[in-house]
Amino acid sequence: MIPAPFEYDAPTTLEEAIGLLQKYGDEAKILSGGHSLIPMMKLRFASPERLIDINGIAGLSHISEENGTVKIGALVREVEAEHSDLLKKHFPIFEDVTHLIADPQVRNMGTLGGNLAHGDAANDHPAVMIALGATVIATGPDGERAIPIDEFFYGFYMTALQHGEILTEIQIPVPPAGTSSAYHKLERKVGDYATAGVAVQLTLDANGVCTAAGIGLTNVNPVPLRAARSEAALIGKTLTTETIAEAAKYASEDCSPSSDLRGSEEYKRDMVAVLVKRMIKKASERILI
Amino acid sequence: MKEITITVNGTAHTLQVENRLLLVHFIREVLNLTGTHIGCDTSSCGACTILLNGKSVKSCTVLAVQANGKEIQTVEGLAPEGSLHPLQEGFKENHGLHCGFCTPGMMMRASELLQNNPNPTEDEIRWGISGNLCRCTGYNNIVKAIQYAGAKIRGEELPSTEPEFV
Ligand SMILES: Cc1cc2nc3c(=O)[nH]c(=O)nc-3n(C[C@H](O)[C@H](O)[C@H](O)COP(=O)(O)OP(=O)(O)OC[C@H]3O[C@@H](n4cnc5c(N)ncnc54)[C@H](O)[C@@H]3O)c2cc1C
Ligand code: FES
Ligand code: FES
Repeated sequence: MIPAPFEYDAPTTLEEAIGLLQKYGDEAKILSGGHSLIPMMKLRFASPERLIDINGIAGLSHISEENGTVKIGALVREVEAEHSDLLKKHFPIFEDVTHLIADPQVRNMGTLGGNLAHGDAANDHPAVMIALGATVIATGPDGERAIPIDEFFYGFYMTALQHGEILTEIQIPVPPAGTSSAYHKLERKVGDYATAGVAVQLTLDANGVCTAAGIGLTNVNPVPLRAARSEAALIGKTLTTETIAEAAKYASEDCSPSSDLRGSEEYKRDMVAVLVKRMIKKASERILI
Repeated sequence: MKEITITVNGTAHTLQVENRLLLVHFIREVLNLTGTHIGCDTSSCGACTILLNGKSVKSCTVLAVQANGKEIQTVEGLAPEGSLHPLQEGFKENHGLHCGFCTPGMMMRASELLQNNPNPTEDEIRWGISGNLCRCTGYNNIVKAIQYAGAKIRGEELPSTEPEFV
């Protein structure tokens, strides 16, 4: 399978890339890892007239911590997130999620920026970023803009990014002591997209009372979903079996999965409930250790 | 069309290519290095795995223009003519292949795996080759072949190559 013909630019600065995006508008698409875009182009689901390859732009591959915020450059590859000591220290969820994304070769190419910018509810990082309360930084002709993750995903393959804008960084607040996180997705085989996936980050105080909760759901809704009622059900409570079961019930009610080759709607709702329970337990066990 | 320079197995090639040319087609059809295979053509099977600047990637999902200025290694570049790389020896000694279609991709993937982790556990090997499908062997002998190559690279005693009957 061969993509339709296109023009190709490989700018080396952000300014140049933004200039090209402005000049070509709708005709142009950004190329990062290419592992969502190139398969779509080969299947002719996408036929952009021009690719703007941003891989040659320096300064988009950092993972750093500054003033209570972890900053992840848009071009950080999955494999780099998988092995980052800084991410491991604050967010054990990154090791969970990267292991479950595709396979080692795909993780050598795919970027975290591309994973979000693709705007696909089947991708795993959107739910993780929802649980972690991330902010997406978009750089465009007028400079930088911060987009809270809850305002980032719009619809099927649609995000808040405007023409001329490049996702340049992901920012995640460093959580307080007593916090941990976990992710799991049910998949039919290695490399498959989620039948259902659940990301959880929890903060517990010294008495075991939950003071903050983030829960994101993968591939059970048209857009990546925050399980807001589940989060609210946990806050101010100790994590008893009943509390956890209530949170799980809300998530399975509030998502909107479609029946497809990965399972029926009913099955997926059940799996959401099971995974919410398990990930709350896993995240909270990680806090106690 | 774009002029690109790609170093393949140590030799630099400067050529005009169509922007949409896939790296796997550049390797197989422009350079005639047919050791790199095309299986699924949808980034699932790993038969097209090569090393791009030392990292294993599926060359059916990379454009040749993306490799401009970079180094590629294919199965043909694993060992000098007339000799075998420890992985090639491992696959040969352990019957790590039946039809051989998946083998070049398996070996290129395993070569990065051993580079990063010279003494992987069985579990790490199985996860490490999870992006490569084999329809023949059932994987056991591939795992043994990679363990054999690891031992050879580390200079340790080689594991038994006797077949196991289970
Ligand atoms: C076999 C296979 C299995 C996979 N399995 C999974 C999985 O289990 N879970 C999962 O989450 N993903 C999976 N993926 C997708 C993979 O993780 C992709 O790499 C990822 O979705 C996109 O990242 P990319 O860097 O490759 O982006 P690209 O393919 O380069 O781009 C994707 C889209 O985002 C846009 N874009 C990219 N970067 C930017 C930017 N910085 N600013 C603005 N727009 C941008 C592009 O224009 C394009 O529209 C799989 C892919 C393959 C091939
Ligand atoms: S041919 Fe490239 S992964 Fe199958
Ligand atoms: S040996 Fe035939 S596919 Fe692996």
